[in-house]
Amino acid sequence: MSTNFNAIYVIVARELIKFVREKGKLVSTLARPLIWLFLVGGGMSRMVSPDMGMPYMQFIFPGILGMTILFSSIFSSISIIWDKEFGFMKEMLVAPVSRFSIVVGKALSGTLVSTIQAVIILMLFPVIGLNIGAVQFLLIILMCVGLAFCLASLGILIATFYENFESFSVIMNFIVMPMFFLSGAMYPVKTLPAALGFLTMLNPLTYGIDALKYMVFPAKSGMSLTHDFSLAVDIAVVAVCSAVFVLIAGAMFERKK
Amino acid sequence: MFIIKVENLTKHFGSIAAVDGISFEAEKNSIFGFLGPNGAGKTTTINILCTLLSPTSGTATIDGFDCMTHSSEVRKKIGIVFQDTTLDKELTAYENLSFHAYLYGVPKNLHKKKIDSALDFIGLYDRKDDQVKKFSGGMKRRLEVARGIIHEPAVLFLDEPTLGLDPQSRANLWEFISKLPEKSGVTVFMTTHYMEEAEICNRIAIIDKGRIIVNGTPEELKKMVGGDVIYLKTTNNALAASELKKTMGIDSEEKNGELFIQAVKGDACIPKLINSLADMVLSVRLQRPTLNDVFLKLTGKAIRDEAQGSGDELKASIRSYRKKFDKK
Ligand SMILES: Nc1ncnc2c1ncn2[C@@H]1O[C@H](COP(=O)(O)OP(=O)(O)OP(=O)(O)O)[C@@H](O)[C@H]1O
Ligand SMILES: [Mg+2]
Repeated sequence: MSTNFNAIYVIVARELIKFVREKGKLVSTLARPLIWLFLVGGGMSRMVSPDMGMPYMQFIFPGILGMTILFSSIFSSISIIWDKEFGFMKEMLVAPVSRFSIVVGKALSGTLVSTIQAVIILMLFPVIGLNIGAVQFLLIILMCVGLAFCLASLGILIATFYENFESFSVIMNFIVMPMFFLSGAMYPVKTLPAALGFLTMLNPLTYGIDALKYMVFPAKSGMSLTHDFSLAVDIAVVAVCSAVFVLIAGAMFERKK
Repeated sequence: MFIIKVENLTKHFGSIAAVDGISFEAEKNSIFGFLGPNGAGKTTTINILCTLLSPTSGTATIDGFDCMTHSSEVRKKIGIVFQDTTLDKELTAYENLSFHAYLYGVPKNLHKKKIDSALDFIGLYDRKDDQVKKFSGGMKRRLEVARGIIHEPAVLFLDEPTLGLDPQSRANLWEFISKLPEKSGVTVFMTTHYMEEAEICNRIAIIDKGRIIVNGTPEELKKMVGGDVIYLKTTNNALAASELKKTMGIDSEEKNGELFIQAVKGDACIPKLINSLADMVLSVRLQRPTLNDVFLKLTGKAIRDEAQGSGDELKASIRSYRKKFDKK
């Protein structure tokens, strides 16, 4: 058992060392949410009707956090494809550790890296006129951790099906952009047509962002346009999805060719 | 006692039988060599033994544990140097070994000592904090071997361990490997293309197209092709030949102005020859049987030099470079 904890620890440590060594990557991944928040958010706020009870830039803030987490968590699973291509995956697969600890280690690496980025974005709250207290700040980070773990495990699950970089990045772009647009990040889910609304409900990100909305706007919990589900449902869906993704991914790793 | 047992093992990839019903056993604390041309099925066999692949049929056990059904016990017992490098090039040499020590549950208080002594042994101690991407191919190879034994495995698999090494590093590595069974109680299972490299093995199996065509000690195999051949140029070949027959009981033949002598251990034989012929000797040339000779003898054909699989270009170029080197 302790070997498995050691394995999780060292897999996370490795990813963190590499993350710190590649500071350029951090700048480029932070650029995307910043552009969406200020350019898209700022630009759209002129066109969107103001009946949400808050400026549009504030409304999309939880969505932008979700976006930061979505991209960095899911794309962190690219490290699995790199490890397969460069052979390092074999070093892990022949080790006497459970396949789940490899999956959990990888998922926690993705979680850590994307939470760091989400926190950096979160610290911009005063700039867009939000008021967030210390406890609230911690709750938001907790939710970010949960959502990041869920999405990182999804990324790993997808990565188990692919051996090379090209096909993986194609499929990722097919998944990530629709996941983002069908998540309530940029507009309330209730305003979508029924068919799209249904797809939104299948998307774990929707629930994560919904939960983040509860935490970012605690005073507005009653407002129908800011929340789509109850907080309990949001958290339950994220937790159940995480467990399911990790279990399937672990089973996929165990499977031999 | 046999620590590796393989019975009727087969592995099919679609219609290709990469491994086609092989059986062999490797004795504890010995070096077992798998000798065969490209595509013979060496790596596939290793992948099955180290739990990465499941066989189509047959069984493989390590220290009594089935590689399929008891993978985790097997994994605890083995160390592997894969044919293609599996280091993380972004990490330093020390970090790569440290990762391995954690993964294999080496007690934390021993990490530094073990890693430092392993790095010292392979002569990379002063480069330990350099990222592996700054290493040459040979340095990476040595680092991988060090990594493979840091957790003190019972069986060490080496898939072409000298791939890409210069002659001196190869010799050093072979010396190191040959001492492993005695020094650390490790059983070594290795693959190679080269008869000379197989010399340090206690047993060799020659494999082709997924089948073992012969299995024996290096001496037995060399005898099959007549062992080493020594070519002697002397001031008087006829006189030298009769002298050899008289003093040492060695038969020789004259071919193209040279005396042609067959011997099992040619290198050890040369000083004796020179001694007994005094100053008649003008030049001596030793020719060792190659895998190709054994192969030719057993299959009646030369080793197929087939096109390599895609993505193997680097490997192929290293190999052809090595072949050139070896012919010298
Ligand atoms: N994953 C795979 N899918 C399909 N065919 C494979 C796969 N792995 C190996 N093969 C085939 O199995 C055969 C044996 O390959 P293997 O890698 O075991 O050879 P090898 O003896 O290690 O050769 P080399 O000396 O070139 O490393 C080859 O014909 C190869 O094409
Ligand atoms: Mg091979």
